[in-house]
Amino acid sequence: MSNVPDSLQYTSDHEWVKVDGDVATIGITQYAADSLGDVVFVALPGVGDSVQQGAIVGEVESTKSVGEIFAPVAGEVVEANDAVVDAPDTVNSDPYGQGWLIKVRFADLPDLLDAAAYTALIGE
Amino acid sequence: MTRETPLHAVHERLGASFTDFAGYQMPVRYTSDLAEHHAVRQGAGLFDLSHMAEIECDGPQVEAFLDYALSNSLAALADGQAKYSLLLAEDGGVIDDLIVYRLGEQKYLIVANASNRDVAVDALQARAARFDVTVTDTSDDWALIALQGPLAASIIESAPVSLEMPLAELRYYRITSGSYGDHEVLVARTGYTGEDGREIFIHSPQAESVWTSLMEAGGDQLTLCGLACRDTLRLEAGMPLYGHELSRQVSPAQAGLSAVVVNTKESFVGKDVALEPKSSRVLVGLRAEGKRAPRAEYPVLDGAGTVIGEITSGALSPTLGYPIAMAYVEADHREPGTELVVDVRGASLPVTVTELPFYSRKKVTS
Repeated sequence: MSNVPDSLQYTSDHEWVKVDGDVATIGITQYAADSLGDVVFVALPGVGDSVQQGAIVGEVESTKSVGEIFAPVAGEVVEANDAVVDAPDTVNSDPYGQGWLIKVRFADLPDLLDAAAYTALIGE
Repeated sequence: MTRETPLHAVHERLGASFTDFAGYQMPVRYTSDLAEHHAVRQGAGLFDLSHMAEIECDGPQVEAFLDYALSNSLAALADGQAKYSLLLAEDGGVIDDLIVYRLGEQKYLIVANASNRDVAVDALQARAARFDVTVTDTSDDWALIALQGPLAASIIESAPVSLEMPLAELRYYRITSGSYGDHEVLVARTGYTGEDGREIFIHSPQAESVWTSLMEAGGDQLTLCGLACRDTLRLEAGMPLYGHELSRQVSPAQAGLSAVVVNTKESFVGKDVALEPKSSRVLVGLRAEGKRAPRAEYPVLDGAGTVIGEITSGALSPTLGYPIAMAYVEADHREPGTELVVDVRGASLPVTVTELPFYSRKKVTS
């Protein structure tokens, strides 16, 4: 049973989004991390990169498979979590905390899923 | 409709995550792929392999039948001896790769890949027609439990399994019978991890009880393992996986398995063509720097940017710490040390051709 915090919003691509003003912090859900297995490699966009909503902006690899990170919002990358690049297993151990991936400054926030809708999506 | 092994309820109780593999719901991991991988290299891991196919061959002409049906000399096996073998098509392509165990003068047990169960059984039964031999698919009768790693033997020794010979005398690629209570078991010194280990065949109704006994015997020294780590373990050991390194489209010669073909036999399916390549590509090992791994189906290019091959399996090696892969490449790029490039989702990853296997355990004791 995956942890799906009520305080966050979600995408059908298994990212979570935490909005603070005009900045969205983005990571992958515990469900996504558990499905991948042990994360051993994380590739993130650079600070200052502009990203389109739905575009692939990074990758999360386990020994078993590759997961792509899709930007849930359009905007400019204002921070990337270098600590998670150095210690990729943080994505497994703390996906909603220290395992965050990027922060994006956005103009418009698209419709996202709430915790109940995401929980239904993953069938739990 | 996916099938379940006789141990499915145990896995659920123990908290395994599942994946569909060859039509079965199989544990993909219990906790962590990496921890399970390292446990097999350093201690012991317990795997449910009950999805694997068991095919029993009996009869007065079983030796002649197997030497005709398979690629190497199975008649030459002593009782209790095992051999890796190939089931070839008429054109030399690989239908399946197998372990063949000789259980008695007129009795052999073949373990085939779960994904190839039906085609392997069909091919063997068709080839049996001209021999006085019976080929029986007994896959559903058997559960198969693998205990792999340097501590595997000592754990089995402390489990309530009695064998016909002392376990220490069971040599590599040998099998012996024994009992678990009133029930028959077979214990083989075989595996698919590159580590010393044992595989235990037990009739399905006793599978849960044997699994639990092994867990109790292993205690803290034993780690429950899923198929994810089995794949990285076999990749490090340079062992082919059917559907990746082996298929109907490649001959044993291309896969580096010419030694598994005994072309001096008078007659067998695939004779002569098995040692001929079906294309100009051969299987090689590749290694890279960094943490990003080549994956199956990624293109392999030469220095000029021409596609000269394709990855068949790849991962960041948990034991070695760098990315490793196997690939079919044009034969003129096969030499160890050759520098190539893998297209990793649009990014160029430099790789070097390297000898297989990537990892060998330090010492085989007997």
